[in-house]
Formats: sequence, structure tokens, C-alpha cells
Amino acid sequence: MSLHAEVAVARGTFGLELALDVVAGRTLALVGPNGAGKSTVVGAIAGIVASTGTITLAGRRIDGLPVESRRVGYVFQDYLLFPHLTILENVAFGPRAAGTRPSDARAVAGEWLERFGMSDLASRRPAQLSGGQAQRVALARALAASPDVLLLDEPLAALDVEVRDDVRAELAGHLRGWGGLTIVVTHSLDDVVALADDVIVIENGRATQRATATGLLEDPATDFGRRLVLGGRG
Amino acid sequence: MRASERRRRGFLTPALWIPAGIALALLGLPLVALVVRAPWSSLPALIAQPAVSSALVLSLVTGMLSTGVCLVLGIPLALVLARSAHWPAVPRRLLRALVTVPLVLPPVVGGVALLLLLGRRGLIGQFLPFQIPFSTAAVVIAQTFVAMPFLVLAVEGAIRASDRRFEVAAATLGASRFTVFRRVTLPLVAPGIAAGAVLCFCRALGEFGATITFAGSFPGVTQTLPIATYLQLQTDPDAAIALSLVLMLVSVLVLLGLRDRWVPGLAA
Repeated sequence: MSLHAEVAVARGTFGLELALDVVAGRTLALVGPNGAGKSTVVGAIAGIVASTGTITLAGRRIDGLPVESRRVGYVFQDYLLFPHLTILENVAFGPRAAGTRPSDARAVAGEWLERFGMSDLASRRPAQLSGGQAQRVALARALAASPDVLLLDEPLAALDVEVRDDVRAELAGHLRGWGGLTIVVTHSLDDVVALADDVIVIENGRATQRATATGLLEDPATDFGRRLVLGGRG
Repeated sequence: MRASERRRRGFLTPALWIPAGIALALLGLPLVALVVRAPWSSLPALIAQPAVSSALVLSLVTGMLSTGVCLVLGIPLALVLARSAHWPAVPRRLLRALVTVPLVLPPVVGGVALLLLLGRRGLIGQFLPFQIPFSTAAVVIAQTFVAMPFLVLAVEGAIRASDRRFEVAAATLGASRFTVFRRVTLPLVAPGIAAGAVLCFCRALGEFGATITFAGSFPGVTQTLPIATYLQLQTDPDAAIALSLVLMLVSVLVLLGLRDRWVPGLAA
């Protein structure tokens, strides 16, 4: 399975233009300064940001499809867990939307919660969770919908610094366990090192460096990349 | 420090207290009079009178029916209204004006207008094989006409205040537009819908002008609680007071139930 995207989005001060490829089992990180267009790229792939260009996922063109038909999992920066549903119902939302019977959908959701070590939180509401727990639920909810690609928009940015390292290590484990293709948007070098195989540095809507994660560490090509590698840990 | 504190709280001179106190008295004293002068000992017997109890039942039934109609038709209208922000100015303002007009229109005028539309020689009424005015259906239509804005505006406020990104999140999970509406949009605005429905029911329950104009005052058919109260006042004042107390009780219960939810989006 693979994703090929050529995304163009008209923006206020500059146009965003980016081509990217991801294959199953690998995680691509989009890094760059704030406002560079990282989130816009994943938004365009998910269909929640209007864009032109072609996006091919698992052999089918998805750029003309509505969001709900793209089979794109999205973990939002602030998770957007449905506040009126329990944790179990949140995770069961995708399977139910796909037409699975409610009892079967709950069973599927229960399995995901167990895999994530969160079975005892099943009947809680999102407001009762810690940041790290909410992030795990958001990931489980996205994966339970069996997406063809997983998009993570700054998945650790909403967390307290003290728990970030633990949650990041755990997230890396879950992504390896899932084995699908993943794109993670981040501005943190720690995220790149822990989560990504490949990196695209985006500045002002353009790719300024394409490398493996270790390649970026060893040889950053731009000022932003050098600052990121030298000082930007944390 | 003290000056800034005073600025923040605003100035209250004694001169303001006098008109404010008169205003409060004007709002509160009539209700006190109603409670004080009520024939408490004969109240159960008064309410049990056939004329009174049939008006009470009719009011509750028609009030609930018109609230139901307002919910079924008003929630979609509220959605359209909330999402009309990017429309051209003329249709957008026209839509909002149409929704708001029953709030500012004298109810009697609404009743006359309904007669001219649905009466026997009305714009639409002349083509109908059955007669609407002076029936219980007319009561429900009149109540719906005057009460609809309360529901629509309350629900619209709740929709505007709710975070639309939850709908986006639902779509990324594969939910169709209808599923998003049913499982995300609707439950998230449920408190606004509940508040709107209660206000709507109260307005319907108190409806007088449009109802008596369009539906008349036939005991058991169109004579609702407010109309019965007005008529009883001329023949049996004690019964009128009893009916007024019943209507007031409903209002107080609603007030307690809604508490700070008058303005959707402000409540926690």
C-alpha cells in the first residue's frame, strides 16, 4: 500500500506546493516552522482543506472524494474526542459509521482499548481523561476505523512536557504495531527521531529538504533544519 | 486600585435605584397580588370544574403538539439559518427577518394573517377540502406560528456556539453527512434544543391573540387556558385566578428548569 500526493493550496501570502510519497510500514514526518504549511498538507490529504493536485491512496484517486470516503485516519492536535460519548463509543464511532452492528462495533472498540491498555476507562467521558489518555483514545479511535493512511497533526503538542516523552515512546510503539502508512506533522526533533523514518522539511509552502530521519540529523540543509538539529530538542 | 475597581463594576448612584426599584415592583408586585388573593382553600374544586380542566387539558395537548411541530420543522430551519453566514446579504437578511417577525408582530395580526392564508376564502384555504379555522388544528397552527422563533433562535445560537470541527472529526472516521448530523451535531446542540423547546412550549401555552382570532373560543375545541382565564374573569373571577395560578406555576417551573440557560452558549 502506498500514498502519492501532489498537493497545491492557494494561501494568503504564498502558495503551498508539495509532492510526497509514503509506503506502508514507514512514517513520514513533515517538519517546519509555524505557518509553513505542514498541517495544510495533511488537511488536504484528508479532504478537510480544499486543494488541487492528485492524491492516490492504495491505488485509487481520492482527491475528488468527500472526507468520509477517503479512508484517512486523522488524529487532531487537540484530539476532538466527542464530549457527549463515552470512550468506548468514541472508539466504536468509526466501525459504526461503516455499518457494523452496534454490538460488534463495541466489541471492536473494546479490543482496541485493551490493546492500548485502557479497558478500565471505557465508560468514562473524554473530559475525565488526562492528556496522554486522550491522545491514546484519539489514536485508537482513528485506527479502529481501519484507515488506509494515518495522519497525526502535532500529536504531542497538547501534552504537558513531563509526560510527553512517555507518551511519545508509547505512540512510537503503537505506530510500529499498526504497520500502516503514517504521516506525522511536528515541529519537534524528538518527534522526528522517535516516530519517523523519512522527513520532509517544509518552509514557506515548499519542501526544502527530503531525507531519512538520520539523514536530517547528520546533514540538515537549511538554517531551519540546522537550528532544529542543534538546539531544538524538546 | 479603588478607581479601577469602581470602573470595572460601574457606577450606581442612588438616583438609579429609584426607577430600578419601581421597575422591579412593577414586575414583581402583580404576581404577589395574584398569590395573596388566590382562593387557596377552594383551589382544587375550582380546577376540577369541567370548563377549567378541559381548557387545561386542551392547552397542554396543543402546547405539546405545537412544540413537536416546532422541533421537527424548526431544527432544520435553525441549521439553515446558522449556516447562512456566507449567503449573499439579501436572502440572508430576508431569511432572518422571516424567522424573527412573529416575535415583533402583534399576535392578533398573526391570527388575521393566518385567517387570510388558511381561512375558507384564504390564499391556500380556498383550495382545501376541509376547514382549518376554529378547529383544534388551528390552535396548534397559531401556537406554532408565534412560538417557532423561540425554538429556531435558541437552536441556532447553540449550533453557532458548537465546535464544527467535531463534525469534521466524525467525517474523517467515515461518517456520512446524515450520520454526522444524527450522532454528533444533534447531541452537541441538545441542551440548546431543550432550552428552545421549553421556551417554545411556554410561548405556546400563553398564546392568546393569534389563537382567539384564528381559532376562536369553543370550549373543549379551541378554548385554551389563557382564553378561558380571560372569559372566566367576567363570570367567575375565582376560577380565573385559579387558572392564572396554574399558568404561573408552569412559568416558575420553567424558570427553575432553565436557570442560566436563557442565552445558549453562555451556560457551562
